[in-house]
Amino acid sequence: MSSDLMIEVVNLTKRYAGHAAVSNISFSVRRGEIVGLLGPNGAGKSTTMRILSCFLPATSGSVRIAGYDVFHQSEEVRRRIGYMPENNPLHTEMRVREYLKFRARLKGLSRGESRRRADEAMEQCSLTEVSRRIIGQLSKGYRQRVGLADALVHEPELIILDEPTIGLDPNQIRAVRQLIKSLAQNHTVLISTHILPEAEMTCHRVVIMYEGRILAADTPENLQRLMSSSNQVLVEISAPAGALKECWAEMPEVEHFDVAAAEGDYFRCSLTARDGHDLRPQVFAAVRERGWMLRELTRNRHSLEDIYVQVTRPEEDEG
Amino acid sequence: MQRSLTLMRRELAAYFLSMTGYIIIGAALFLMGFSFVVMLVKLRQEPTPMPVTELFYITPFFWLILLLSTPAITMRLFAQEKFSGTFESLMTTPVSDLQVVLAKFLAALTFYVIMWLPLLGCLAVLRHYTNEQIPFDYGSVASTFLGLLLLGGVFLSLGCCASALTRSQVTAAMISTLFGGALFIMGALADHLPAQPGWQTEALASFSFFEQMHDFARGVVDTRPLVLYSSLTWFFLYLTLRVVESRRWK
Repeated sequence: MSSDLMIEVVNLTKRYAGHAAVSNISFSVRRGEIVGLLGPNGAGKSTTMRILSCFLPATSGSVRIAGYDVFHQSEEVRRRIGYMPENNPLHTEMRVREYLKFRARLKGLSRGESRRRADEAMEQCSLTEVSRRIIGQLSKGYRQRVGLADALVHEPELIILDEPTIGLDPNQIRAVRQLIKSLAQNHTVLISTHILPEAEMTCHRVVIMYEGRILAADTPENLQRLMSSSNQVLVEISAPAGALKECWAEMPEVEHFDVAAAEGDYFRCSLTARDGHDLRPQVFAAVRERGWMLRELTRNRHSLEDIYVQVTRPEEDEG
Repeated sequence: MQRSLTLMRRELAAYFLSMTGYIIIGAALFLMGFSFVVMLVKLRQEPTPMPVTELFYITPFFWLILLLSTPAITMRLFAQEKFSGTFESLMTTPVSDLQVVLAKFLAALTFYVIMWLPLLGCLAVLRHYTNEQIPFDYGSVASTFLGLLLLGGVFLSLGCCASALTRSQVTAAMISTLFGGALFIMGALADHLPAQPGWQTEALASFSFFEQMHDFARGVVDTRPLVLYSSLTWFFLYLTLRVVESRRWK
């Protein structure tokens, strides 16, 4: 039954000299999933990943990867993971293909296999044209891909990537995301990021961490659904302010409204509907009936960003 | 085994992929050349029954080369990887801590031997241009290199340990120079012992590196320094291993 689980973290705690970087977290990842650890800097993402990749021991709690304990069966675990640490450290004096071959050999592949896999990984990460270049002379985007190629060169069951898109330009980010998505066919992927759209776009499931604890863990869609006010509608209408307010007050489905002056003769109104009602048809009907000018009508869908801001700042919500 | 070899090959290549290796060899070669000149001057002044390797050893540059080169060779082994973060990607591959320590030490030792090879060239030049009367004995050359290797092992393993302790190469070099210097001074002390018997004197006497290395240079292979040097090397490597493992202590 546990063979379905790739990562099993139970009550994991890591303390550094008194302060807890990770306190009592539990989560699990099934095979074939892409899971994102999301959180601001210092939330404990990197520490968690270092423990998962057997680099650091946990203070307490247990972590199993593919059924093996990361502390007691560390070598079995390390055979099965491809880990790209934070900031993607590489041997900058080596050439790309040479480095990948070296890493493949280090991970236990035979000479022939390592040659074949290095070439395949370069192909997969579009590195073939720079295979003979010195890593230190490559651009950041290429280096990042070398790190990715290294993580997958021995075809690990689990790939752990710590902030894989940090410091890249938008095109490179898109390419890396595409690559990560394509990995999901054969691998389980755990990535960490503090960039929300990334988690939203690439991950099947998101684990939100804050100050060493897990605040929420669900699919991006479910997290959105969890948000209370996902049924807000924004409209910009050119009409007398008084008439607008009157109109919204008469509408039974509107629970709360707010009218503010916008550019030109327009007013920007944000309307909150009662129990998940979609207000857009009513708003349009009202506008047509009264012959007002309408230039915007949108439903304010909460992105993961709002969820993130909301859950990572609990003290402000309470206040 | 395969992993250790792979790692060792990379570590050795790293010396030659960056400037460090060439600078170390260049500096050692410079000092060796100096020794050579001093030796030639001596040889011209008076004939001597000493083998050339001994003549070379008694020039003051031998210890200078040893004391200066070993920290320079070992300082990058762990410190640089810790600094750049590659230590993390190294230790998360399925290599054991022991494999890493041995591979790095052996790479340093191999580089150290390569660094000393020009000495053979010097001796060959000497042999070519002198009469046959000069005692040139392959045995003493071999024993000199054995001594160099064993003594180098002690200082290199010490340097490994220093490098594993820190993320700064400068600090690593300072620690290993300090402790290497301490060993050197202990050797110097052992040479000037008062003649009173006692276990303290005897214990210190066994650390008389000067005398022991002099024996090697003379062509005398004594088992006592052999055992001493290899146990010191193993001791420092053991310490290095413990330092590397300490990251996983709870």
